[in-house]
Amino acid sequence: MAGSMRFLRMKPGHGEILVAAGDVDVPEEERELIEAFRRQLDEGLWAAVPTTGSGGRRQAQMVRHFDEIPRDADRVIFFPRAAGGS
Amino acid sequence: MLLALSATAIVILVLLWEVCWPSISERIERHKAGRARVADSDTLNGYDPGRERRAEQRARELLRSCVNEEEWGMYRDLGFLRVWGAMADGPQRGSRTNGAPYAYLLYPHKPVVAYLPQTGRLLSEYCVEFPDESRPYGSARLPDSDDVLAKWMALTADERRLITTANMHLPGRQVDPKQIKRDLWRLGQWERARLREAGRSGRVSAS
Repeated sequence: MAGSMRFLRMKPGHGEILVAAGDVDVPEEERELIEAFRRQLDEGLWAAVPTTGSGGRRQAQMVRHFDEIPRDADRVIFFPRAAGGS
Repeated sequence: MLLALSATAIVILVLLWEVCWPSISERIERHKAGRARVADSDTLNGYDPGRERRAEQRARELLRSCVNEEEWGMYRDLGFLRVWGAMADGPQRGSRTNGAPYAYLLYPHKPVVAYLPQTGRLLSEYCVEFPDESRPYGSARLPDSDDVLAKWMALTADERRLITTANMHLPGRQVDPKQIKRDLWRLGQWERARLREAGRSGRVSAS
């Protein structure tokens, strides 16, 4: 069963901020999450879901569409997209 | 005699004062101007050390909640993270590894460094940034631990994408190879200490 999901965004000078939160099993809240997800991606951010793989290995999964977010994920982290540095 | 000595001392003091006062005064003024300039530039850039510290504290907590206990300990104790590479023939565009395991060192706001753990050979530097152009407080720069977490997420989720996005350079362009060698030595020591500790705890719990 899925549950509450939080969208966090990394911010310079602040650390992460809560962008949105809701229960994906509640249609209205899910719609709000979808809109918030699109807004963040439209602003040029990347989205990742921290996961635990086999053997307890921690890793992340990049998501480009709301449907790609595992239903049981408790958070999605938005961060600025990577750019080649000097 | 005493009167003459006192008069001489007073004259010497007055002369010294005359000679030294201009340079002392200039130094005081320069010091005041310097302090004012630092305060002005901080105000203009919106830099607040307290806020930056709190931001870094939040970022550390977020990083801690994402990585495993070993990785968190590594970052807390050594100031960098090691992430194992997963591409069969080594990092793209970088030196080929002929199938040998390779790894990356992730430092805050420094290039990602690829190396061969077996030999300690440095492969390449990958310069990558995560600039937030909305610049909420005048800077596009994420807190240190957020920068490391962004690299960690991008690498563990899609290594090839991050490596192709980054600008690749030979080792030593930005990160001093001597520092990396020292860090790899520290990492080795740290891992040995951890193994010893784990062995001791295992023995204690078994007995």
